[in-house]
Amino acid sequence: MTALPPPELVCPAGTPAGLRTAVDAGADTVYCGFQGPTNARNFPGLNFTPKQMAQAVIYAHERDAKVLAAINSFPTAGRTHIWKQAIDDAVECGIDAIIIADIGMARYLAARHPDQRVHLSVQAGASSAEAIRFWCDRFDIKRVVLPRILTVAEIRKVHDEIPCEIEAFVFGNIGMMAEGRCSLTNYVTGSSTNLDGVCSPANHVHYHEDDQGNLTSRLCDVTIDRYAQGENAGYPTICKGRYNVPHKEHYYAFEEPVSLNLTHLLPDLMRAGVTALKIEGRQRSRAYVRAVVSAFRAAVDDYAAGRTPDVSHLLALTEGQRETQGAFRSKTWR
Amino acid sequence: MMTEHDSAPLSDTPRQSLRSNKAAPAFPVPLPLFVLQPLLRHIVTTVAGRHPDLFERLGDSQKKKFLIDARGLPLVLVLQPDGDAPQLHAHNRHCVPPCDVRIAGSFPTLLRMIDGQTDSDALFFSRDLSISGDTEASVALRNAIDDLDTTLAEDVVACFGPLAGPVRAVLDYVSGTGRQRQ
Repeated sequence: MTALPPPELVCPAGTPAGLRTAVDAGADTVYCGFQGPTNARNFPGLNFTPKQMAQAVIYAHERDAKVLAAINSFPTAGRTHIWKQAIDDAVECGIDAIIIADIGMARYLAARHPDQRVHLSVQAGASSAEAIRFWCDRFDIKRVVLPRILTVAEIRKVHDEIPCEIEAFVFGNIGMMAEGRCSLTNYVTGSSTNLDGVCSPANHVHYHEDDQGNLTSRLCDVTIDRYAQGENAGYPTICKGRYNVPHKEHYYAFEEPVSLNLTHLLPDLMRAGVTALKIEGRQRSRAYVRAVVSAFRAAVDDYAAGRTPDVSHLLALTEGQRETQGAFRSKTWR
Repeated sequence: MMTEHDSAPLSDTPRQSLRSNKAAPAFPVPLPLFVLQPLLRHIVTTVAGRHPDLFERLGDSQKKKFLIDARGLPLVLVLQPDGDAPQLHAHNRHCVPPCDVRIAGSFPTLLRMIDGQTDSDALFFSRDLSISGDTEASVALRNAIDDLDTTLAEDVVACFGPLAGPVRAVLDYVSGTGRQRQ
């Protein structure tokens, strides 16, 4: 196998301890968010205070790793000061780049902090060369995180037509195909992933296991799924539920509870010009971060050295204990 | 008050009876748990004193009562991680007080989880871990514990002072870690 230049491994952290775990496990870069609605993982007990973020940046920089701040939800009218404060705090921390999705916050960054490196979040849904070039021309975006809707061949084509780096998801939760535009949670709970930073807010999630071991998951009054005893479960999100629709019963009407795993496509992504490989999972534990980051560190290094890695053990960490290459391999997925 | 047999959403009531809904082993004679309570009190106060940041992450959830149900054991634990007065008590299975959250799994599974060896979401996906009641509180507890520099298991072991080594060996054996290392 031909040796390939190693890409940057971008890993998640939901807590300071998670960030240290990711760095120690071999992450080149760690992305994380502040407590509150400014990022799409606003879960109880998760995320960083400005002081913790500053300490995390110091820890990472001492070990030649970078830290990215995800400030990638969309501020609503009258609340933009919360997002602006988060941006100011991140810059003050010496963050390596800020990940944004909102055009207003992009303008604020360009005007207030013109020297700050900025990445375009997957939440912005920029999937065409034309859209990405607009962001680069107007806001000097240095890297785009591509939505999970493109094949590797399409990524290569986009790469050839844009002036910025590409970051691609390679492992973890596979989001809705129109990222940044999901309103399912908002419809059911009144809270929004994009506006309040939370998908399936925990205070609206209910689990019930009956005497026979059947598990029912609900979001508010909506039954998302019912798992038979011993059947693998998924996250309690509307998009992963089974429903009765006109042509089918108990049907995954939106998408199935599977995880993205592009281990075997890594060489293709690297040849397509992808600069950074992103692992999803800021809401996951340190045990997950340690296992997945270590595995991908070894895989990236193996491919770079011309070896074929073994990452079969990652299946145990996937949602529903199932994995997919999603749209990256073929548009026939789903 | 609701029981585990009610079908309405569990979190709609502030505090419920969340007993194990698995077939519990028969233990006709109540265990002499008074022997265990001082040790549990020592553990919870020591861990709380060592990690004051834990309570900031817990927020309002520190007032909640967590039923920790290690399936197969004759007793259950009830934790109230209150920063001002943390509580950890053992109860016989037939005499469980009302709780907000129930966290259930086999003893080795729960041990591996608090020892940071395995991911709780993965345990949930595989149905090795069961959560019911106040999901928000359970998520806050998981994230707060996950931010500890040590693991909860290491903290518990340290509470045993000179016996820490043998206690660690027993925990490793029970959780399967010891066998993996051999």
